[in-house]
Amino acid sequence: MANALLDLPKTARKGEVIKITTLVSHLMETGYRREISGAVIPRLIIHTFTCRYDGEEVFRAELFPAMAANPLIAFSTIATKSGPISFTWVDDAGITLTESVDLVVTD
Amino acid sequence: MLRLRIILTFLLGVVPGGAITRADDIAPKDRRSGFDMMSAETQAMQKNDLANPAMLWVREGEALWSTPPEGGGQACSGCHGEARISMKGVAARYPVFDASAGTAIDLAGKIQQCQVERQKASPWPRESKPLLSMSSYVGLQSRGTSIVPAHYKGTTEAASRGKALFNRRVGQLNLSCANCHDDNWGQKLGSAVIPQGHPTGYPIYRLEWQGMGSLQRRMRNCMTGVRAEPYAYGAPEWIELELYLMQRAAGLTLETPAVRP
Ligand code: HEC
Ligand code: HEC
Repeated sequence: MANALLDLPKTARKGEVIKITTLVSHLMETGYRREISGAVIPRLIIHTFTCRYDGEEVFRAELFPAMAANPLIAFSTIATKSGPISFTWVDDAGITLTESVDLVVTD
Repeated sequence: MLRLRIILTFLLGVVPGGAITRADDIAPKDRRSGFDMMSAETQAMQKNDLANPAMLWVREGEALWSTPPEGGGQACSGCHGEARISMKGVAARYPVFDASAGTAIDLAGKIQQCQVERQKASPWPRESKPLLSMSSYVGLQSRGTSIVPAHYKGTTEAASRGKALFNRRVGQLNLSCANCHDDNWGQKLGSAVIPQGHPTGYPIYRLEWQGMGSLQRRMRNCMTGVRAEPYAYGAPEWIELELYLMQRAAGLTLETPAVRP
């Protein structure tokens, strides 16, 4: 897991629904493919994605081997207060990637 | 690949190779990027830099640009400064004749040459993640500019060899690149629309690959599709084909990094 692209506004009005799109680089090896020798290529996928808004979990997704490589996850939340929105991806190798963006909410 | 092979076998059952012939070369006014033949969804993915997965590679290339290589050499930025300025328009005119190589060289080959000769480092292998990342970062600096193939001594002959390769029937299915890309573009091969085969967006993020690949990888796919033995990565034949493809695409806009089905 190397890097992620985040698409969300930097500012929003209180009560506004904001759309968040995340894209992360990952091979998402299914565990069903084989090498030429016949050996199974071990599964190595991102299994959990979470989004926290000012510390509170607002979105969580579990991922499975049918997901494409470099998964894009889009969802929305309601702007309530200014604070960091953080994103965490965890894969089968235990590697965790965390990114955070500050959202400013106006009345 | 298997998909293309199955489709081809099916296609040949219906249309004997070369039976439909529409034209020779594509007139400049009829030139169209593969982008125009994609679904609206795939076009939208390419157009949005925060949804185009190729941008993940671009970001990696951007980081490598200012990272010194192992062995104490200078980073690319040490000599070239800001890529936004120094690399603008470069990808739109490659391959070029390279005096120190004594032959035509493509952009990836030029990057490798700078690694060896200027950075005294070992070059990233063809199709490796860092080389694709750097090629797409350098390529991005020419996005939106028109393709202007180099017309120097040394590339003219190579480009005409490329044209001959493009028109030569190869493989068990005995088809030339031109049979599909000049004569039958816009038609369907199974579920895929046959594009004109322009090198406007390379390296590309191909949905079928679920990853990034070079023009050479794309052309390999077409060659194995007609059951021909593809040339090795970096072989002169690929550079010759690319030279011809760039001439054939002159005037089209560079899209790097593109998304393709
Ligand atoms: C020590 C200085 C130096 C370093 C470091 C260096 N280059 Fe270069 N590069 C040059 C010079 C000088 C030229 C122009 C002469 C030539 O074509 O060889 C050049 C030419 C190029 C060109 C062709 C530009 C054109 O207009 O055709 C590209 C592309 C390029 N370099 C990419 C890179 C990349 C990518 C890196 C890092 C991996 C890099 N270079 C590192 C000195 C350097
Ligand atoms: C049997 C038909 C056929 C032949 C022969 C063929 N191709 Fe293709 N080519 C295709 C199809 C179909 C696609 C698009 C595949 C897709 O969308 O999944 C394609 C795609 C391409 C592309 C990508 C264009 C873009 O928009 O990115 C290039 C470049 C290309 N071919 C070059 C070649 C070259 C060079 C040869 C000869 C060595 C060749 N092709 C031979 C059918 C063919």
